[in-house]
Amino acid sequence: MTVVKNDKPNIFDAFIGIIRREFLLTWKKPGNSLNPLFFFMIVCTLFPLAVGPSPEQLILNGPGILWVAALLATLLSLNSMFASDFEDGSLDQLLISFQPLPVLVLGKIFSHWLVNGLPLVLISPFLAMTYRMPIEILGILMLTLLLGTICLSFLGSIGAALTVGLNKGNTLLSLLILPLAMPILVLGANTVSLATKNEFYATGIWALAGYAVAALSLFPYATAAALRINNE
Amino acid sequence: MTVKLSANDLTLIRGESCLFKDLSFTLNAGELLVLEGQNGSGKTSLIRAILGMINFESGEVLWNDIPIDKQRQEFHGSLIWLSHRTGLKKDLTLQENLNFECALRSKLDVDQSQILKKLNIFQLKNLPLRFMSAGQQRRAALDRMLLFDAPLWLLDEPFTNLDDKGRDIVLDLINLHLSKGGICVIAAHQEFDINASKIKVTL
Repeated sequence: MTVVKNDKPNIFDAFIGIIRREFLLTWKKPGNSLNPLFFFMIVCTLFPLAVGPSPEQLILNGPGILWVAALLATLLSLNSMFASDFEDGSLDQLLISFQPLPVLVLGKIFSHWLVNGLPLVLISPFLAMTYRMPIEILGILMLTLLLGTICLSFLGSIGAALTVGLNKGNTLLSLLILPLAMPILVLGANTVSLATKNEFYATGIWALAGYAVAALSLFPYATAAALRINNE
Repeated sequence: MTVKLSANDLTLIRGESCLFKDLSFTLNAGELLVLEGQNGSGKTSLIRAILGMINFESGEVLWNDIPIDKQRQEFHGSLIWLSHRTGLKKDLTLQENLNFECALRSKLDVDQSQILKKLNIFQLKNLPLRFMSAGQQRRAALDRMLLFDAPLWLLDEPFTNLDDKGRDIVLDLINLHLSKGGICVIAAHQEFDINASKIKVTL
């Protein structure tokens, strides 16, 4: 083979490249990431209609409802993480690329969180105010949701990788991920309700942050392995 | 650097059926492997297995005399694979797709617009792939062969959807690649004519 000067892309190029691609795709087809956001908003609006609008009840249930709604909204978005890449064959090209797969997966999960998880976090204070949550708690709610959605995106990516290409994969994905997501839900929702009761709440935040760091560093490897197994 | 792809006693079983048994071949620089066989005879499976995406029942594939599972990243860095599906995003334009591909593989020092003109898709550069015909999408996938530095080409039915001109372009590219010392594996059920030392495997 004749030697020609070439530029080898490095890992950083791959990471930036995949994030840029995901952003372009979201920009051109915003529906996929708007759906979970609207779902989140509507579920949060439905609860007061069903359980009654009394202030005590709203304050008591608010953190739990917001958290469950955020969990389900994230779940709704997970299925699309690898589905379109699987259909058009670009997942195959990622699997045989010269770049390490966990880095590409990390980029995919990170951009998935940016377009699906982060909007939930940003809109949550407005929804929380309708639950009469005190202003000083809003920051804590946002912080727990920020950490929680990161954890959920990373955890969910494993399920999404295992179920990609399956018919009815979405149902299976929920069954796989929801039990594993329970600790995140318990930590997040309880932290916020402890904070509304003026009790010590920092433990939950530290635990969520620890989970997020572990997820960030370990789960991309698991997701990459799951994609390889699933593509046999 | 000369390259070499060899396979020793490959056996592949999918589900109940054995697709091939004790298949061996050695490809040196400039050689072509043609996989023939009916639909469903295992041409695509063999290519996917060479890529390391399917595990063989027995046997191993060697790239430059080293098993590929011991050097997956180097091996993947030195090949391109044209599969049934284009592997390009339909919602993105050709240019955006190319920008992303360039982050995945090492690019040759070539002029991108020349390549697109050669494939006759230069004028479609800023059109989302969704609006292109099947043949044009196929041509868009072909630009990998010109753009990236890869001694090994794995082409799965490269002539699908292409018109006569497109077919000639692909044949020219393969001839040029082989004459430069590359290796090519083609799965095809159509006849085609390439002047190179050829190994035929009928599955």
